[in-house]
Parts: sequence; C-alpha cells; structure tokens
Amino acid sequence: MKTAFRDLAAGGASADASEGARVPVSFEGRALLLRAGANLAAELLVAGVMPFRHTPVSGAPRGPFCMMGACYDCLVRIGGVTQQACMIEVAGGMEIAMPPAGPADGGTDD
Amino acid sequence: MEADWAIVGGGVVGLSVAYGLVRRGHRVLVLDGSDADFRASRGNFGLIWVQSKGLAEPAYARWTRASAALWKDFAAELSAASGADLSLSQRGGYEFFLDEGALELQARRYDRLKQELGGDYPYQVLGHNALKREEPAIGPRVAGALFHDEDGHVNPLALLRTLASEVRRCGGTVVNGVTVTDVAQSGGFTLRTADGRSFRAGRVVMAAGLGAATLGPRLGFRAPVRPQRGQVLITERMPPLLSRPSGTLRQVNEGGIQIGASNEEVGLDDGTSASVSARIAAEAIAVLPDLARARVVRSWGALRIMSPDGLPIYQQSAAMPGAFMVTCHSGITLAAAHALRLPAWLEGRADAPDLEVFREDRFS
Amino acid sequence: MTEADLIVLGAGPAGMAAACQAAGAGLSVLVLDEQPRAGGQIYRDVARAAALRGRILGSDYTGGQALVAALDHPLIAHLPGAVAWRVDPDGTVAFSRAGVAGMARGRRLLVATGALERPMPVPGWTLPGVMTAGAAQILLKASGVVAGDAVLAGSGPLLYLVAAQMVRAGTPPRALVETQGTTDLLAAARHLPGALAGWRMLAKGGALLRELAGAGVPRFRGASAIAVEGADHATAITFDCGGTRHRIPCSTVLLHHGVVPNTQVTRSLALAHDWDAAQRAFRPVRDGWGRTSLSTVFVAGDGAGIGGAGVAALSGRLAALAIAHDLGRICAGDRDLAARPLRVRRALDLAARPFLDRAFPPFRGALAPDDATIICRCEEVTAGDIRRHAALGTLGPNQAKAFSRAGMGPCQGRFCAASVAEILAALQGTSPGRIGTHRVRAPLKPVTLAEIAALADDLPGPGPGAS
Repeated sequence: MKTAFRDLAAGGASADASEGARVPVSFEGRALLLRAGANLAAELLVAGVMPFRHTPVSGAPRGPFCMMGACYDCLVRIGGVTQQACMIEVAGGMEIAMPPAGPADGGTDD
Repeated sequence: MEADWAIVGGGVVGLSVAYGLVRRGHRVLVLDGSDADFRASRGNFGLIWVQSKGLAEPAYARWTRASAALWKDFAAELSAASGADLSLSQRGGYEFFLDEGALELQARRYDRLKQELGGDYPYQVLGHNALKREEPAIGPRVAGALFHDEDGHVNPLALLRTLASEVRRCGGTVVNGVTVTDVAQSGGFTLRTADGRSFRAGRVVMAAGLGAATLGPRLGFRAPVRPQRGQVLITERMPPLLSRPSGTLRQVNEGGIQIGASNEEVGLDDGTSASVSARIAAEAIAVLPDLARARVVRSWGALRIMSPDGLPIYQQSAAMPGAFMVTCHSGITLAAAHALRLPAWLEGRADAPDLEVFREDRFS
Repeated sequence: MTEADLIVLGAGPAGMAAACQAAGAGLSVLVLDEQPRAGGQIYRDVARAAALRGRILGSDYTGGQALVAALDHPLIAHLPGAVAWRVDPDGTVAFSRAGVAGMARGRRLLVATGALERPMPVPGWTLPGVMTAGAAQILLKASGVVAGDAVLAGSGPLLYLVAAQMVRAGTPPRALVETQGTTDLLAAARHLPGALAGWRMLAKGGALLRELAGAGVPRFRGASAIAVEGADHATAITFDCGGTRHRIPCSTVLLHHGVVPNTQVTRSLALAHDWDAAQRAFRPVRDGWGRTSLSTVFVAGDGAGIGGAGVAALSGRLAALAIAHDLGRICAGDRDLAARPLRVRRALDLAARPFLDRAFPPFRGALAPDDATIICRCEEVTAGDIRRHAALGTLGPNQAKAFSRAGMGPCQGRFCAASVAEILAALQGTSPGRIGTHRVRAPLKPVTLAEIAALADDLPGPGPGAS
C-alpha cells in the first residue's frame, strides 16, 4: 500500500537502534511486521493501513486524526475490545480488526 | 387572550398534551424552561412499558395499557407529518431474573393482576432455555424472564424533538428559556415568568415535572412530587445483541446498549456515583456476558418525578378551576394517551377517560 | 484504594513540575498519565526521542528531559498508561491501566490535563489523511514518523514549528495555507510593546519563518473557504486567497487554528468556568495559585488557560506550593517567598501571549461552518443540523446534544462542543461564553463495562442512596 508517512529510522536519517525489533501482527487478516513497543497508530500509518475503520453511523472511512487519545477516530478492535490505536503500543501477535461499521442496523427495530 | 391553553413545561409530558390540544384546534402556548433545568425527558430510558405497572392499582395498569395500545397510531401520525423516525418497536419486553425465587414471586403478582383484569394480561414466564432461544446472548446465570406482549420502546429523544417540531408546525407557540414563577386567575390566567414577562391563556396545564413542587401551590395544588434518581449507562454502538427491551437493558436504535436502572432517594442530585454504576454494570454483565468487553461511552443520572404512590396525578384545581396538573414518571409510555385521550378530559367532555383514581386528593 | 497527599492528572510540564515541587516539600504524590512515558504532548516521549531526533525537534523540546528525570523521586509514584475516567469531588479518581480498573484518593487534586486542538471543521476534515498539526508533531516526536505530501492549514505559531520540523526531517510540506491576514497582524501590533518583554518567543518565530522561506515552502496568507477534497482519502486542499481559488493536490492535510484548555475533568466536577474572550475558549476559574472553585482541586498548565510549556511548569510549581501549605508542610512565608520568582518568570513568559492571540485568531470559516459541514465527527452531525434544531427552541448545548446527538459519541464532545457553542451563539447574537458547553460526566473516556463493574471491589459497598 502507498503511504505518505515515512519512518525516519528506515531512511537512515536517524538510525534508531533503541526502538524495538519487528514483530508480526495482523490487520484485518493482512500480515504486517511492526516495531515492537512502537505506537500502533504510527506503525499502521507507515505500513500503509488506511482507513483504520468505517464509522458505525454512516460507514465513512476514518483514520488517525489527533494522535493524542482525544478524537477516537483511530479506533480498532483488539481482543474484542475497541481500542484507540494511538494509545497502545505494538506487541507481537496482535490481531487487529476494524470495529463493526454502520450504517447501524437498528437491532431492535422491526 | 393569547392562547386557549398555556402548558407550563416543554418536556415530553407537556408537549404531548400540547400536541393533543393543537390537533383538536386549540390555540396552545407552551412555556419551557432553561437548558440546565432537570429534564426527565432527556434522561429517561425510552421504554413503553406495561409489565409491573399497576400491580397495586389495576386502573393504572389499564391506563398504561391503553396508552401502549395507542402508541402505534400516535407514532405513525407523528412520523407521517414530520418524516421523523421514532424507532418505535412494540414486540414485547422482558424482566430478567437471576434468582428463580424472585421470578416466581413476581409471576404470582402478575397472575393476581391478570385475574383482576379479567384474564386479559398477556404475559408469560420464560425459563432459561425458552429465553435463550429468543435471546441467545443471555448468560448462564439468568434464571429466566417475565415476558409481556405489550412492552416496547422508542427513541425518547426523537420523540421529544418531533413533538417540539410538530407542536410548532400545527400552530402551537413554544417559548423556551422561561421559568413560570406565578399564575393568577382573573377572567382567564396570567402567567408570570422569572424574566418579568407575562402570558395570558384561557386555561392552564401544569406539566412542569419537579417544578410542580414549587409552582403547584400557586395554583392550589399540593403537588406532592419528589425526585427519584435513576442512573443509566450506554455502550458504544454494537451489532444486534438483544432483540427486545427489558426494564434494565435495551439496545437503542443507534446500536448502543442502554443499561439501568437505579432508584435512589438523593434529592435534586442528578449526578452519577461509582457504586451504583458498578452495581448496574455487574448486573448487566450477568445478563449479557458479552457486554463485559463493550465500552461505555456515556453515563448519566436523571430524576424521576414521583408521587407518593408512584402513580400519575391528573387533577383540576379546586381553587382555580381551569388549571390542571398533569404529572407522572412514565412520560414516554403515557405520551400516546396524553396526546390522544387526555385532551377530552381537559375539555370536560363526556367521552373523557375516567381518571378519578389519579386525583391528587388521594394523598390527603 | 491507593492514597496520596496529591494526585496529579497528567505528566506534562505542569504535572511533572508540580509533582517535583510537591515531593520536594514532603508530599506523597501519585501521577496518573495516559501516555506510556512522561512528557505530555509538548515533551512527548522526550526521554527516548531527544537523543534520536533532538536536531529535528529543537531545544525547546529536548529541554523537557530535565522535568522527566526529576519525576524519579521516592515520594512520586508515576503510573504511565493510566486513563482517569471518573473524578469525584472528594478526590477519588477511578482509572484504568491496560483494561484493569483501580481507584485512588488524594487529599488534593491537581488537574494538569493540558490542551486540545481547537476543532477546525471544514468540508472534508473527517477524511483519512486529514489530521491536526499537533498529530503530525506527535508522530514525529514519539515515533520518528513524518507526514509527507502534506499541506498545513490554519493559523498559529505551531504551524510554523511543525513545518520547520518537517523541513529538518527532509520532508518539507507542500504549502502553508494561513488563515490570518494582514489586518490581524496590524491589530496585534498594539500588543507589541508588552510582547517585547517576551522577545525570545518572538525571535524564535522569526527564525522559523526564515527557515521556511529558505526551504522554499510556499505560504498563502489570508486564506478562506478552506476545503479538503477526496472520496475515501484526502486528495487535495482548496481555498480562496488573493481573489482566486487555489487547489493543491496532497494526501495529507494538517489542520490547526490554536489550542484550547482541555476542561473535561474540571467540567465533570462542575467547577466554575469562564470565557476567555482573547483566547476564545472556556477555562476553569482559578486564583493565582491555580485553586479552582472547589478548594481541594487545583488546575495548572494549558488546561487552566493557554500559556505554553514554560508557563505550565511554573504554574504547576505554584499550585504545588499552595497545596504544600494547605497540607501544613510549608508556612505561608516560605510559600510566598518561593512563589515570587516563579510569578516573575511566569509574567515574562506570558508577555507575548496577547500579541499571539490577536495575530493568529481562529479561522472564521471554521467557527461558522457551512450547513453541510460535519461538526461532530463521532455522530456525524452537521452545522446545519444544529441550526435546524435551534429553530426548535434549542437554547443551549444540552438540548442541542439531545436533539442532534452532537457530543454523544466516544470523544464526548471534545471535538464538537466548541463548534456547537459558536453556532448557537451566532444564531442568538451572543458570545459562546453565554451559551456554555454541555455537561460532562463520567466516564471521561469510554471504558469497558467490566472496568466499571470492577470498581465494586474498591468500594465499601453500595452507596447510602442505592437500592
């Protein structure tokens, strides 16, 4: 996938030995190798993942917006729980999915 | 005279009555309070609820069921006129029980009421397995449920918004941001507001919720209403999990699971507390274990308007004939009756519903 | 239940400085911070990133290392990754770490939760590829990731700083689309004499602009009618400038028109707030020490009013001094003596603020968005929805929320409350300060039902009112 987000360390501009080794994770079944301990949203952006989800209201695509845990646009689902990708760190084996998308099925309507 | 009727209170109760009056050709003025007032209309659970109502007073059960039966036409009329979707669903509802003994005890109460109603009270006792067939998401600790055919739910905020819009569209006048402080009678009524304005109307309906406690005596009512807090949690939007509402859990039309409820005597405090939140969260998880991992996006407290026996009050003032008090804690359930049946009672017509049992002098 | 003399919410400059000052006076301090490492947004991850990217991020950033290092104190317990989601007036805080809930109680509470980007609703701002300028900077600080193919749009010194950092990272932005105009600069000029006391800050701004000019980054000033194009992702930014419509293809749009105090916690406590007309934002009412309308709760840093990192740290220290005095650890004389130099430096650091506030006002087009523009990102409510509901008697933000669902989603109004207030204020011909904002309640951040239920283990049993 094409991405506008560049990892400086990968380009050698500021080699970053302290940051983690790459570990396998998956996003919607797609295998990715991300830096362990790195910010998940940033890693997904560099990996070209976009959108992160579709809204439960209209199904519109969304990706990270604030990167500081305030906007809830980078929501993903890990372990059956909706999580803010910008607030968690990469761990090997993470199975990441998009949260359920809309337009919302009424659920209770006839 | 500016209006035939002034309605004090622009919540669901006041607007339902106002809507009922405007659709019968009356000139109606609604005086509504401020953005920060206590508003049960914004905090309620959205149930159109029949079961357990009137266990000690069959007339209340009848009035509730009459309203529930009117709801389909009421919603259809509102939707046809406004295009709004109220997300009405009346496919029955549950009362879940974790304790088999409690379930049996409540079932016996329902059975007594059924006998008093001449056998017409369509409820069933569902054991765990029967309930599980209807609602596969229930957890192993659920002993069963009482199911009543006539229960349902609606989007209460869509109802409030639609009533606010329809009353205006049908020619009613709604003034927001005013607090009625005094009412005087002299060839009609003069209503004075805190900001120094006054409004004239032929007759008055006080549907001011908890505000009735202070305004009521000015109109010759005792208005024995008190706040009772209920706390509610609501989850993020989820795929379908629960097909019908219960008294404490319902999946709203947007997808969130709404969780209640508490009954707390804490005065005019509509806050939330960690202890009650924790308890109702644990109870919800016991019923629907999948909820454990659902995120709660909001919680709130809201104040029910309770009379001493929990039943509505419909009363014309003896001191000021032409002034009426209408109050209840089930404004959503009773909205259809308030719009479609109560106007005849306000007008004093022969075909008015018999509301004698709801007079406030029952508390004297 | 963990007990502490002082609970600090947030490990940014205000929280870190306050924790140090308080611990120095002998107070036990619990610092709860959402991020995995201390620093707040301004010093995000500074302990790790300073050595790696200090050249790009600059000395204002790397200077935060000292504050982080000082958190290592025997009386300070710093819990990273702790999301506070319920704060009660008795000093009890419910928080979660990695999905596990806990409670703590402090004799005093310091809210140091910083700022949020002022929401900038323009057409297309919900598209993937559109972020805040702050987000781009956080990516750079915490992750060493730079947003390429980007245009920065809006107003404020942060745009220049982020643009310069992108230049230093070897990925200059395609353009700077600035909404402030010459009239704003002229109007700001009357604040210049006062601002000269803060000349260092102004000089830094000048240096940044020279850096951008040297890199050949095009600047458009006085831009209006900004919109982002794209179907599933941003593909271009369009705007009016100098009498013509411009279109710049890009896949990243970074928006910014100032930051506003994050008042979620102070609002949830129902503390008094007032409207700061110069900064066009609400802030908690506080005295010179940061004490709020609830005497056991203090606020410091940008959450108390935007002043920047230096002011935040100084305000944190001042609050800690008042708290240490409250709890009997220092006498009034020592408190006042220690406070004097802090106040002098704070006044200096604030000197340039009126100039900056006036020179870089919020983008008018985002304060009064077109009807079709989404203002509530979570519930996808448009400005037109709010205006239509206003015609149904919506006087305030609580009714607007009930009618429109604006503010009901997971962000709980952080990115729409200001817009709702602006729209209703414009319709009523009044100030957003008179409109107010909707009520904020727990959970301050969405937590699982299991986490809420778990609090029962930390509580003495159902409250007296519970049935």
